[in-house]
Amino acid sequence: MLGSLTSFDSLFEEFRRMEQQMDQLFGSGTQPPAIRSVARGTFPPINMGAAPDGIDIYLFAAGLDPKTIELNIQRNLLTVAGERRVAVKENAIYYRQERFNGPFRRVIALPDDVDPERVEAKYRDGILQITARRRESAKPRQITVQ
Amino acid sequence: MTDKQEVMERDSNVERAEREPASVILPPADVFEDADGITLQLDMPGVAKDRLNLQANKNALVIEGAALIDMPQGMTALYADVRSTLYRRSFVLSDELESDKTEASLKDGVLTVRIPKRAELRPRRIEVQGG
Repeated sequence: MLGSLTSFDSLFEEFRRMEQQMDQLFGSGTQPPAIRSVARGTFPPINMGAAPDGIDIYLFAAGLDPKTIELNIQRNLLTVAGERRVAVKENAIYYRQERFNGPFRRVIALPDDVDPERVEAKYRDGILQITARRRESAKPRQITVQ
Repeated sequence: MTDKQEVMERDSNVERAEREPASVILPPADVFEDADGITLQLDMPGVAKDRLNLQANKNALVIEGAALIDMPQGMTALYADVRSTLYRRSFVLSDELESDKTEASLKDGVLTVRIPKRAELRPRRIEVQGG
């Protein structure tokens, strides 16, 4: 009887400890953000994924003229800049103006093993996809055991 | 790549839109009105014409789209601002709009929807008679 009570106590202890760990991982403020991270809601939103031979970056930037997108890479820092112009209709009553209008610039820190010489970009249906290849030496390879 | 398409469905039910999947994106919208009608513009990056579903009836306009993201095999996420590929937004319409004449076009992920006002309900200037 007494034994089960103490085990309950320790179970709740355990939950409390796990909760604290979760807060540290995901809670705001506890974990200092990366130096180049930006506030949520910044235009354009970005997703980044890693595949064995490269990194893909997706910028969700609808309504851009691809010719006006400026893409620069310096070592592993990728900069994307441009301007999203939303035509404002004269003599109209606006009820909502939620879409981003104006210049933007985002800096993305890529992993160190990407090859700055081998970066490609394409723009389709409002998504700018940038593919950066890893250096040959950084690619995973099979090692045969002698 | 501007494709004009008539909104085909008018009286199909709006209830379908109320079964929310786990996570949907509310696309940012601009809405403005001029003398002839109401125009909506929504940012839905990644959505092509064949993955867009628009429904307009007397009462409501429902906009749904699914983004297609070209991802290589075996990709793991490093960072994600966008956590869903489904967009949905709906608006309640009013009587003076002719929803069966709704027109839509999609270009580079920007959806433009135009709903005209009934001709007899368009504002007209009232002359003030001089004394």
